[in-house]
Amino acid sequence: MTNLPGMEYIIEITYLIATALFILALKWLSSPTTARRGVFAGELGMLLAIAGTLLHRGIVEYKWIFIALVLGTIIGVPLGKVAMTAVPQRTALSHAFGALCVTLVGTAEFYLRTPNVPRFMMGVLSMEVILGSLTFTGSLMAAGKLQEILRQRPITYKGQNFVNLGLLALAIVVAGMLVAHPEETQLFPLIVVIPLLFGVMMIVPIGGADMPTVISLLNSYAGLSAAAMGFVLDSKLLIIAGALDGASGLILSVNMSKAMNRSFSNVLFGAFGQEQTAAGAVRQARPVRSATPEEAAAILAAANKVVIVPGYGMAVAQAQHKVRELYDALTKRGVDVKFGIHPVAGRMPGHMNVLLAEADIPYDKLLDMDEINGEFPQADVALVIGANDVTNPAARTDPNSPIYGMPILDVDKARTVMVIKRSMAAGFAGIDNPLYYLDKTLMLFGDAKSFVGSIVRELGGGHE
Amino acid sequence: MKMDLLTSLYVFMLAAFIGFEVIRRVSPLLHTPLMSLTNALDAIAVVGAILLAGEYHAHGATLAKVLGTIAIVAATSNIVGGFLITDRMLKMFKASGPKKP
Repeated sequence: MTNLPGMEYIIEITYLIATALFILALKWLSSPTTARRGVFAGELGMLLAIAGTLLHRGIVEYKWIFIALVLGTIIGVPLGKVAMTAVPQRTALSHAFGALCVTLVGTAEFYLRTPNVPRFMMGVLSMEVILGSLTFTGSLMAAGKLQEILRQRPITYKGQNFVNLGLLALAIVVAGMLVAHPEETQLFPLIVVIPLLFGVMMIVPIGGADMPTVISLLNSYAGLSAAAMGFVLDSKLLIIAGALDGASGLILSVNMSKAMNRSFSNVLFGAFGQEQTAAGAVRQARPVRSATPEEAAAILAAANKVVIVPGYGMAVAQAQHKVRELYDALTKRGVDVKFGIHPVAGRMPGHMNVLLAEADIPYDKLLDMDEINGEFPQADVALVIGANDVTNPAARTDPNSPIYGMPILDVDKARTVMVIKRSMAAGFAGIDNPLYYLDKTLMLFGDAKSFVGSIVRELGGGHE
Repeated sequence: MKMDLLTSLYVFMLAAFIGFEVIRRVSPLLHTPLMSLTNALDAIAVVGAILLAGEYHAHGATLAKVLGTIAIVAATSNIVGGFLITDRMLKMFKASGPKKP
């Protein structure tokens, strides 16, 4: 603060305003009517903070900063324009980028400051780097699985939890040694490399159905590592932004875990896949009732109230636009159509809502589990499209089921249940669904998109 | 230093509480945009990366410049991509019917 004391204050003021704008951005996101204002507030805050930082008198060279800003924008624009179905993997990828930034800055800070790193500083720096590197590889793995570059099936082996926990413990021990002896710089690479490895191993046993929880958890880690970076750089703005992101990720992870009736540790160390092979083995061929598109259309047309339950299968089949045509055709006939959305439907929190909103279905028809469950007993038809485990009544009734206790959508309380499904093969989790054998259930076998299309044609709607 | 640290801890704690209270109110409808928006905001880490790449360092200057530059690229792509996609998603959320207030 020697030559330009005024400038320092201006920079700090831009950070202060940016912080307020960030909090407002999240506050305005609470409702769809104000949400876009929230994005604007966030953008303004970001712009102010970056402009303020560029005024910093300590900056001696701008060339690489500007090249990097331009390059980042060039990469960022296509990432902002991906298809809505690709949003989960895009989100995972952005967690990886965020974590990469934090890890690189943390690494550089260590080598710049060493050997004069105070103990506390070394502690938060270790936390920053450990969380950052495990989030980096973990998120890349998650993105790879979601993009189906990697196999989605969980891979499990004996002693997996021991190996994973051991790796994490090892990284923490090394970090502890560094805190005790910050001058032992040769140890530092270990707290980058071990968590990088841990990040990979952590996602290996994770299956697609666990992705909503895992993405939320990685979101939280990314936030916490940024907050740790804020401690290292003594930046209140970064501490606050990191804490907000960390809190958001944590809330979402807790929501997702609750929605699957599982604890965090169970998601990360439970390797869900194993239990279900056992559950799948006891399945037997039982008779089901099936129906044609004509029959389904007749029942739907006669209904007063229909609840549609979409799942990941709808996204895979790209059926959301056909579902909108069905919604239009039924609404035109005076049928009350609503959507019941389970918190873990899809591959990330809120995934179904975004897909249905993209298909122009009004958001006030999209109800979450707690809102819709009271309405099933009055519904004439519950139409399940590409969802399985989240509708499985065994979660309520069968203590031996692996998903017992998981909150589900009570579709079996509707007068008639229709399930669009490719075949009788068990769902992702490999658990049999007693819903399919109920007398009131009609199985509609076929591809979700073409089946819904056929129903729409029968109803005399559609644009074909 | 000790006081700075304590202040920072207070700031972190208060921000975490505000975060919990504010984000608890976000409707499950908007959980995907919430995640992409917090992700963009989190990329404020670019501030640290800019200082790292731009400031004068007596030793380790090349390391700082290289890592700082890559870090800026990573964070900026999150900022640009994150805000873009959040706004695109939110634009799609429309209420039903041409209701006249």
